[in-house]
Amino acid sequence: MKNLFKISIGFLVIAIAFTSCNDGKSSKSNGALSSNAAEKVYVAPGEHDEFYAFISGGFSGQLSVYGLPSGRLFKVIPVFSQDAEKAYGYNEETKPMLNTSHGFVPWDDAHHPDISQTNGEIDGRWVFINGNNTPRIAKIDLSTFETTEIIEIPNSAGNHSSSFVTENTEYVVAGTRFSVPIPQRDMPIKDYKGNFKGSLSFISVDPDDGRMDIKFQLIMPGFDYDLSHPGRGKSHGWFFFTTYNTEEASTLMEVNSSQNDKDFIAAVNWKKIEEYVNNGGGEMMPANYAHNVYDEETHTATSTMKKEVRVVNPLDVPGAVYFLPTPKSPHGCDVDPTGEYIVGNGKLSANLTVHSFTKMLSAIENKKFAGEAYGIPILNFEDVLAGSVEQPGLGPLHTEFDGKGNAYTTFFISSEVVKWKLGTWEVVDRQPCYYSVGHLMIPGGNSQKPFGKYVVAMNKITKDRYLPTGPEVTQSAQLYDISGDKMELLLDFPTIGEPHYAAGCPADLIKPRSKKIFNLEDNKHPYAAKSEADTKVVRSGNIVHVYMTTIRSHFSPDNIEGIRVGDKVYFHVTNLEQDYDVPHGISMIGANTSELLIMPGQTETFLWEPKQVGVWPFYCTDFCSALHQEMQGYVRVSAANANTPLKWSLGEDIE
Amino acid sequence: MKTNHKFLLIASTLALFLNCKNNSEGQEDTTSPTVETQTDNKQGQAFITDDESTPNVLQIAIGSKDHSTLVAAVQAAQLENALVNAGPLMVFAPTNEAFAALPEGTVDNLLKPENKDQLALILKHHVTPGNYSKDFLKKFKQLGQASNQNVKVEVKGDDVYVGGARIVASISAGNGIVHVVDKVILPEN
Repeated sequence: MKNLFKISIGFLVIAIAFTSCNDGKSSKSNGALSSNAAEKVYVAPGEHDEFYAFISGGFSGQLSVYGLPSGRLFKVIPVFSQDAEKAYGYNEETKPMLNTSHGFVPWDDAHHPDISQTNGEIDGRWVFINGNNTPRIAKIDLSTFETTEIIEIPNSAGNHSSSFVTENTEYVVAGTRFSVPIPQRDMPIKDYKGNFKGSLSFISVDPDDGRMDIKFQLIMPGFDYDLSHPGRGKSHGWFFFTTYNTEEASTLMEVNSSQNDKDFIAAVNWKKIEEYVNNGGGEMMPANYAHNVYDEETHTATSTMKKEVRVVNPLDVPGAVYFLPTPKSPHGCDVDPTGEYIVGNGKLSANLTVHSFTKMLSAIENKKFAGEAYGIPILNFEDVLAGSVEQPGLGPLHTEFDGKGNAYTTFFISSEVVKWKLGTWEVVDRQPCYYSVGHLMIPGGNSQKPFGKYVVAMNKITKDRYLPTGPEVTQSAQLYDISGDKMELLLDFPTIGEPHYAAGCPADLIKPRSKKIFNLEDNKHPYAAKSEADTKVVRSGNIVHVYMTTIRSHFSPDNIEGIRVGDKVYFHVTNLEQDYDVPHGISMIGANTSELLIMPGQTETFLWEPKQVGVWPFYCTDFCSALHQEMQGYVRVSAANANTPLKWSLGEDIE
Repeated sequence: MKTNHKFLLIASTLALFLNCKNNSEGQEDTTSPTVETQTDNKQGQAFITDDESTPNVLQIAIGSKDHSTLVAAVQAAQLENALVNAGPLMVFAPTNEAFAALPEGTVDNLLKPENKDQLALILKHHVTPGNYSKDFLKKFKQLGQASNQNVKVEVKGDDVYVGGARIVASISAGNGIVHVVDKVILPEN
């Protein structure tokens, strides 16, 4: 069989060589058949992929989990948006996760996932991701693949230069894209200049449980802070942010924020500011922001409103912040694995600008400044420039690194990935993207140790790449093999929402820690019923709590009487299963919410407010067992003033 | 629109033939010292069948008989796919007459494969990332072109000049706008 396969591939290769007017070099064709691309992405049934890829969902608000090289989708993790499939944001336990200072916000725009690190290497414990629109940072636990914490960012708007982690996950950093009045107040928009400010938030991460807390916010001039990356290795302790709109315009930005020939990369010495803050520096400012934490033992999230935040004026910490002039509204801000090179991709420039960390330090030491902006020293462009890549393509956006001295930059307008050499700035290869690529990702790319085997390009435009599905077509990712001198396109695969960025790592880092069940014994949910003996129905006024359990293949209780129109009925359902991959679901006719999907050992709750007299069924919504279709029950709903006694049963009639 | 589409097909077929010729003559890599440019003339947004959307800037150029020199130049520089991008793209499209006004032999010379990079730079000098009407352009003093160089915007009476070339007509495109200009805008270097 295998031989036959090889022979047929061989014939195809020959056939293609004859029929195509290509020069015969297989690497020059896009066709999977002309090389062994198909074999390279083939993961045999039952086999596992080598890498996990966590791809942001953009306007879907979620994070999706893929395998590389197969491009297979494993899970969509709900983060900032309600997900009826998993009851996230619908059940009573997870509703608090979406609480904000603006109330319940069931959607966001999820952009930049980043995996936690230890000693500059990916450790696979958590993924952090930013919500742009109502500024938030979420943490996803990679043992459960669930969102376990969301912290709102005060004094921020369009939380875009986020959420990138430092070398030991000391901080996850969130920078504002839009500057706003700080504190927010009623003022004329035209008075933006000099009055609006931009906040850069450093959120500390507890090394044990990952608990997030805003350590400090640096209150910067009113520019737009677009993207950021931490220093690493020699530049560990610094953070770099691209800026645009240093013009401080507030209208027709596409013209007015493109007037300056150069904007800045802001270099922030966070270690210095941390020390200042640890010694009592900065001041606590009144604020109002939500901190939502999901507890794995109670299976319940709680939302706490925090009332103050520590802010730091950069001028109070001399030597902590510098501006590096960078041409034409730089977008991507990427630091190479050694920490020496800081790449600014001027999206309106045809060249790539690369700054040198060493040269930056020496310019700072020699106090060679070109001037200052709002008191922050500006370094000379020539003093910090390491080099530039000349005319590599049109519309540069983002750069990743393979750890072998090469950088890979995406170009939106010319729709390609360009490979170039660090140090010589020489372009060595280019491959087209289909179409209009945004971010790209090399597993481990944002660390000292990238796994330079594949790059995933995330494209903004799909058009004809797949079977058409009307005006809206799925966005497309493309996988390239970068292990050789030339990149090779291996695979197209569809993605969820608008993938912005992704983070990837070897599967072995995460696989062994992935949880299979929740221990029922550890379940501390206040309404858990840990056995059928514990099930009950309790009325208090018009509030009714149903303590229910599921096991293959019945609910307990499965008959309930004495519910009245106008009641608020909380179904607290505990899945008694302790077997891998046996969730149960439940839904009630007419319930104004989603189903529940309850993992083994977990308790979840939905609210039902019956409006009509009758006998109403509920059933298991997840095909759980051979007798799944038998897994159903009835609730008798009487009139609001009826005296039907409250009773419940399993296996016997209610008399 | 249909006609445009036919033009496009003819153009791509032609391009394929040209490509074959180049390869059989072993001319690869003569244009770029460092990069073995991979181009596949059959793939990319320029070759999508779509007769519903508003024509893009490339389709408008292809559909105009006054711009056959420009189209030939775009094809020789293999910039088709860049011009059909989401952009937005503002293309200053010199007429055939404008190209003909260049010193004799200039166009023929630029169309030679070994001058592909130079040709591409000149063409990119006619493209701005943006989409502004002629009237709106009056607000600008200069524009940053895809060549990484700036061009001056001047207003003389009702006329708008970009890099010394006068806008004689403007056509909205699906991915931007085409301003027809009466001169080729040459980069300073």
